[in-house]
Amino acid sequence: MSNVATSDTPRKQRSWYKRNEVAITPWLFLAPAIFFFAVYVIWPIYQSITISFYDWDGLGEATYIGTDNYTELMDDDAFKVSLWNNLKWLLFYLLAIPGGLFIAIFLNQSVRGIRIYKSLFFFPFVVSQVVVGLVFSWFYLPDAGLLNSIIGMVGLGPINVLGDPTWATYGIIAAGLWPQTAYCMILYLTGLNAVDPEQIEAARLDGAKGLRMLWYIIIPQLKPATFIAFVVTIVGALRSFDLISIMTNGGPFGQTRVLSFYMFEKALSEYGFRMGYGAAIAVVLFLIMLVFIAYFLWSMWTEEKGR
Amino acid sequence: MFQRTKTLVAVLAATTMLSGAAFADGHAKLSGDLKIFLDTSNPAPRATMEKMIADFGAANPDLNIETTVIDREAYKTQIRNFLTADAPDVATWYAANRMTPYVSAGLFEDISDLWAEPEIAENLASTKGAMTIDGKQWGVPYTYYQWGIYYRKDIYDELGLSEPTNFDEMKSNCQVILDSGRKCYTIGSKFLWTAGGWFDYLNMRTHGFDFHMEMARGEIEWTDDRVRETFANWRELIDMGGYIDNHQNYSWQEALPFMVNGEAASYLMGNFAVAPLREAGLSDDQLDFYQFPSINPNVELAEDAPTDTFHIPANAKNKDNARAFLRFVVSADVQTEINNGANLGQLPVNAKASVDDDKFLKEGFAMLSSNSPGGVAQFFDRDYSAEMAAEAMQGLQEFMVIPDNLDEILARLEKVRVRINK
Repeated sequence: MSNVATSDTPRKQRSWYKRNEVAITPWLFLAPAIFFFAVYVIWPIYQSITISFYDWDGLGEATYIGTDNYTELMDDDAFKVSLWNNLKWLLFYLLAIPGGLFIAIFLNQSVRGIRIYKSLFFFPFVVSQVVVGLVFSWFYLPDAGLLNSIIGMVGLGPINVLGDPTWATYGIIAAGLWPQTAYCMILYLTGLNAVDPEQIEAARLDGAKGLRMLWYIIIPQLKPATFIAFVVTIVGALRSFDLISIMTNGGPFGQTRVLSFYMFEKALSEYGFRMGYGAAIAVVLFLIMLVFIAYFLWSMWTEEKGR
Repeated sequence: MFQRTKTLVAVLAATTMLSGAAFADGHAKLSGDLKIFLDTSNPAPRATMEKMIADFGAANPDLNIETTVIDREAYKTQIRNFLTADAPDVATWYAANRMTPYVSAGLFEDISDLWAEPEIAENLASTKGAMTIDGKQWGVPYTYYQWGIYYRKDIYDELGLSEPTNFDEMKSNCQVILDSGRKCYTIGSKFLWTAGGWFDYLNMRTHGFDFHMEMARGEIEWTDDRVRETFANWRELIDMGGYIDNHQNYSWQEALPFMVNGEAASYLMGNFAVAPLREAGLSDDQLDFYQFPSINPNVELAEDAPTDTFHIPANAKNKDNARAFLRFVVSADVQTEINNGANLGQLPVNAKASVDDDKFLKEGFAMLSSNSPGGVAQFFDRDYSAEMAAEAMQGLQEFMVIPDNLDEILARLEKVRVRINK
């Protein structure tokens, strides 16, 4: 009697699991990741979008105001300046990629002592962004800075890079390019190690050298490195914040703000009491990022499929 | 259960002692916990506060005091979190409009009962206004300091100048200083608020304290002709080249060397500038102070004197201990002690306390108590609502760099004012 019961039930359970094992197991492994992704990524995104429809000072009652925050953004000069500056960052930050490639090729030689040079070029990437910002603000100082001493020797200047609303943003981007170029250089140095020597040999026999060798043989093989360099550079440009905060604090008169900095000012800074408005800015920034995220996912997917 | 009885007894003990006469001598024995958050992160104020809290602890050996010092700038953003989530029993903040968001969100405790006690009502009367919102008091001040023009006396002597008493003298002095190859005023406007000081004074001297406060409450249009008049006065100083160049690059500390090196003759600042100027090597013979001169003789002189304060969060757990601590902080002896030159180097808020024997403190105290008939303002970013202050100070900086943009700036500020007061 008892024998029948024990032999019956386990078989039933096992068969259910057996039947679904292949489908279930990957989800079991994925579950923790999905859970944390939902709680720490999806949920906050949903929350920011919700808050952006409210007028809320972060403390008291939140009032639903529909799309008023977005309507106000359309008419906000500071927002336009921030958006425009973000575009400048996106565009000029990409210079880090050819810069990094150039330095990597330059350093990819077997000369005595080249490792010292490599580590020196590696240095700016190790240094904190805050320190980079400080060093560059001294470099740009209108009276005592090194930059004005240098251009003074050829009879130019003095220019006040960080105090002049037309130059300040470019000055900060240039400072940001320093560590970013070093980062791209590292990526390309790794990529260059993986370049197939036989292909180079074959190309050389076919008479390729110099720029043609670089363009047709080397760069195509560096495609994975270029892709990663592109991703980190775009992300770095969009989340630029530390350098701006250190070098100009968004000034002079708010002309070096970018979206992330403006969002911080409106929602979280000393005088910020507008969570809803800050959230609306965050949503706009998120939409811009979404374009790139979609592109990255799509290109990774096609890459996988091609294999 | 035992725990609860213990706290109940403690609370009872505290309240009975406080209601009795015992508290007056400040030695009522307290027990339980007291959690204090401070934003006094600079070395000297930090040491002062820690010493004061240690004294309070020594007088109340059964009290378990826990002090947390938070970086002053970080504190400004963290206060929103800790007042709602994990409130201390006592927290530092600032007077006037700067406390409005927390008062209206119900995060600060109404301590009008403390202010009704004769000890506080009589001796702290002068600062009551700055602590009052909706007819109730929401904290106690522990220190304040004067603003005014600190100048290089040796340069003035060399050029045969004397302290100006009106705007014409101020301008003619400035012209002499400019002719000698120096700048009249140093300023670092990178963090914007310093420009607010100049606007405060020019506006209060041109139209008086009441007008300035009406503006602060958002009752006056930024495009009003009277506001333009203030800017026109300011522009005279800008156009003659009175300010150092490239001030938008410097913080207020980075603007100090111009004065120390004698490249600029004076600095409109709060009294906290004296300590670094002395440390940089200026002696009291070289450094002096004068009240911002009158511009319109028909308005009474009014001053900026920001007040730093202690508050009890509404979510505090040991409010009676906190009240006892606030009484201790504002008492005459403690006020004399913590504000002296070796400690905060500022002015005591208690009328019975004595001002330290320091040239600038004495001069500032005399100025605020007898030569500020118009009134005492807190400071631009404490009197104006936070959002208006942020936009406006940015506009003031822009005006100082590109004065021709005035019309755009005022139109922009007016738009913000209308939206805030909607």
